Amino acid sequence: MTTILSLTLLGVLVLLLGILKKKTLQLPLILVGLLTALALTISDWNTARHLFNEMLIIDNTAVAFSAVLIFSTFLIFMFAAHYYQGVQRPLDDIYAIMIFALVGAVLMTSYGNLIMLFIGIETLSIALYVLAGSHKEAITSNEATLKYFLLGSFLSGFLLFGIALIYGASGSFSLHGIQLFVIANGQNLPPMFLAGLFLLIVGLAFKIAVVPFHFWAPDVYEGTPTLLTAFMATVVKTASVVAMYRFFSHTFYGIYGVWETTIWVLAALTILLGNFTGVYQPNLKRMLAYSSISHSGYMLLAVVAFSPFTGNALLLYSLTYSVATILAFGILILVREANGNDYFTSLNGIARTNPVEAFCLTIAMLSLAGIPPLAGFMGKYFLFTTALEQGLLWLVIIAITGSAISISYYFKPIVAMYLKENEGGKLNSGVPFKAHLIFLTLLLFLLGILPFLVIGLL
Amino acid sequence: MLTLILILLPLAFSLILPVLKGEKEIRIVALTGTVAEFGVAMAALIQYVTSCHCQLMFTADWLATLGVGLTFSMDGISLPLVLLTVFLLPVIVLFSFSHHYRRPAAFYSLVLLMEMALIGVFTAADGLMFYIFWELTLIPAWFICAVWGGNDRIRITFKFFIYTFAGSLLMLLALIYIYFRTPLPHSFDFRVLYIAVLSPAEQTWLFLAFFLAFAIKIPIFPFHTWQPETYTEAPAEGSMLLAGIMLKMGIYGLIRLLIPICHLAFQQWGEIVMILSITGIVYASLIAIRQEDMKQLVAYSSIAHVGLIAAGVFALNLHGLQGSVIQMLSHGINIVGIFIIIDLIQQRTGSRNIADLGGIARKAPRLAVFFMIILLASIALPLTNGFVGEFLLLLGVFEYNHLYAAAAGLTIIFSAVYMMWMYQRVMFGDTTPMTEHITDLNNREMAALIPLVAVIFWIGVAPGFFMDIIWPDAVRVLALFNM
Repeated sequence: MTTILSLTLLGVLVLLLGILKKKTLQLPLILVGLLTALALTISDWNTARHLFNEMLIIDNTAVAFSAVLIFSTFLIFMFAAHYYQGVQRPLDDIYAIMIFALVGAVLMTSYGNLIMLFIGIETLSIALYVLAGSHKEAITSNEATLKYFLLGSFLSGFLLFGIALIYGASGSFSLHGIQLFVIANGQNLPPMFLAGLFLLIVGLAFKIAVVPFHFWAPDVYEGTPTLLTAFMATVVKTASVVAMYRFFSHTFYGIYGVWETTIWVLAALTILLGNFTGVYQPNLKRMLAYSSISHSGYMLLAVVAFSPFTGNALLLYSLTYSVATILAFGILILVREANGNDYFTSLNGIARTNPVEAFCLTIAMLSLAGIPPLAGFMGKYFLFTTALEQGLLWLVIIAITGSAISISYYFKPIVAMYLKENEGGKLNSGVPFKAHLIFLTLLLFLLGILPFLVIGLL
Repeated sequence: MLTLILILLPLAFSLILPVLKGEKEIRIVALTGTVAEFGVAMAALIQYVTSCHCQLMFTADWLATLGVGLTFSMDGISLPLVLLTVFLLPVIVLFSFSHHYRRPAAFYSLVLLMEMALIGVFTAADGLMFYIFWELTLIPAWFICAVWGGNDRIRITFKFFIYTFAGSLLMLLALIYIYFRTPLPHSFDFRVLYIAVLSPAEQTWLFLAFFLAFAIKIPIFPFHTWQPETYTEAPAEGSMLLAGIMLKMGIYGLIRLLIPICHLAFQQWGEIVMILSITGIVYASLIAIRQEDMKQLVAYSSIAHVGLIAAGVFALNLHGLQGSVIQMLSHGINIVGIFIIIDLIQQRTGSRNIADLGGIARKAPRLAVFFMIILLASIALPLTNGFVGEFLLLLGVFEYNHLYAAAAGLTIIFSAVYMMWMYQRVMFGDTTPMTEHITDLNNREMAALIPLVAVIFWIGVAPGFFMDIIWPDAVRVLALFNM
């Protein structure tokens, strides 16, 4: 509760500073505010509470994932000063909308009622439609926002329809109420209920960018301003996966058999298609888009491997994935700034001109590929373990195949940076930017070597 | 504790190196690091031998609740391989001074990182640790081969990486699967993995997963296609690390994991993998005879030699196992020696094509003598290390099946053919324009080669020292197999 209040307040304050034309104060305020919100969130640890007639459930799952979301946003905002340097127009709207989107994401991790879930998703989505188009002069940004808005609002309709059908069948919006209904009618659920559940899955699958609902993702990612793409690829994805995990674990636990196959197929398709298509991408940003699609598949693997350990595995995975992705996007910001594009050739020979940046991107790629002892490996390891414990041998084999394929595109930037001759592009990053990159890199090592800092929390 | 120092020392040096400037300084620090590591390993060896084969165990909690521990130990199988690693690294580093690589700090840092990962693989006593270090070797190996390699390096090193990475992922899958079959509370400790309850059907599948991972690394025919190309394109030091030490990881894995865990599956697959190994021996030898590039020739000869080592392991008797460990040492030492000589010839003449060379013996007698000794060791002449290993291996295969031993024995004849023929064409005959001005070995090059030759004769004349270290644990492995 304090999380949502403090974040909303922060957003309003940022807008206020915009009115007062105190541009230099904005970013420091946001960073401090996010850290405060993070601290407030963590102070809710182990104080499981229900609020507003179970509209919100602040349990440890909610606290942990909210913390991941706020932390990821903090990490992204650390790039903002560099990204928007030289931009003359006021930025308070973009910053405030990002924070409001974060509020939506936090709601998605702590909802106790499907209406609240819908409000969370809409808060997040509407903010994102605006953010995707925030680079008004660029045609690609306009394309991205239009595509995202049209598809997104359509799929929100699916979601709402699903919620309505579930309500129609069970007579309740609250997770608890629906759970009671499921327990009572476990064997013969009405078709309307199942249709609702299916629509709910489709709606969320779109937000997570799960195959076959992923077609928007590469285009939207490519057109959206890079800083905000990082936000989409990490915060939005984590929040949506957690939203899905939450209603499966709270409510639909009893009918595991009903949704298991659906999620199984979605996960397998996402891992395979995401990775295969990733191989053929011409530039870093689209490659990261497909990488993020395939990682949604891995996260679904955790959801379908339904065990008490799933929450832990998902927590570590989303954290490691977010940190590595944000790091990669940080370099991407520099590459685009230096070359105006982000084709792999723009990375050629960067290792010689910018050894630190090249090293950081290498670590990010290796972590995403899941190479020990980096964080990404521990994330994947716990996912696979959880899944194998549940006997999902074939899905794990598919996931492993996907990992092997993913090497071929995660290595493209590394090959370009270390093995190709430089074509003149030198990245310009200031000391704070570089320090942040190194911080993220160290974080990847830290989480890989000491995963127990995170694992076992839930 | 010594085991932990063995792992951390190279890591510390590899982290210091990037800070340094100046090639000379970097080289001295790198050499100091590998020599210091050798010293620590000697201390460990003395402790191991004098305190009646204690395992030099190091244990610390890591993910204790999940049964993953930082457990490292050395027994009679891993100690020789650790010794091989710490012995070859100073030689390789000393030899590498004849090259002037760009970015030397990065190069030596990766070499030391590689040493750390290799020691980790050979000493890990925990399945997950084993996997982590196993994968960790791949990163420095790839960078060394890809950054400092030949012209076609991008495609070839990529193939190498994908191949081995895919294989090791299967191993990870198998390890996690076994983990869930261990008695509660689950654990990755090798000793616990060995007592996992696995049905014959499960063992069959696990066997395939493990075998694929190890067979790619070793490499066993027909999973060898990455190897000759990679050896050829890699820089000399990269080939030495790969052929000298890294491929031993695969054979070590066979002994450490495949045999004890999947013992029931050998009834079904034992014969097949044995035939594959022996096919590889004959096939690779025949190809080696026709090679014109010396490095390529050695790469194929290496497939043949490790094929015999694998066959000895799959024979599953004491002679075969002892022979395989001894031969891992010998093969590592000999192939590094040969790679050194080839690279020295290439540095001096600019070519390693047999057709371009000739008459070197007259111009560079010391080079010729060293080359001869190492070649003879490699074709298993008595009194050299190669003889001890290959004799035991053939004996092991003979006890398994006479016919297979006859086929495997061809390796000795074939290797004599291609090695001696190469030697004849390269060292004797008339000098060519390329070899006319070849210079003999200098002192630094001699310093790198003399330890190798000394060990060749030491193991060849008095193998008892290593045999005594190996046999108790070879017996233990067989006991696990027959459990």
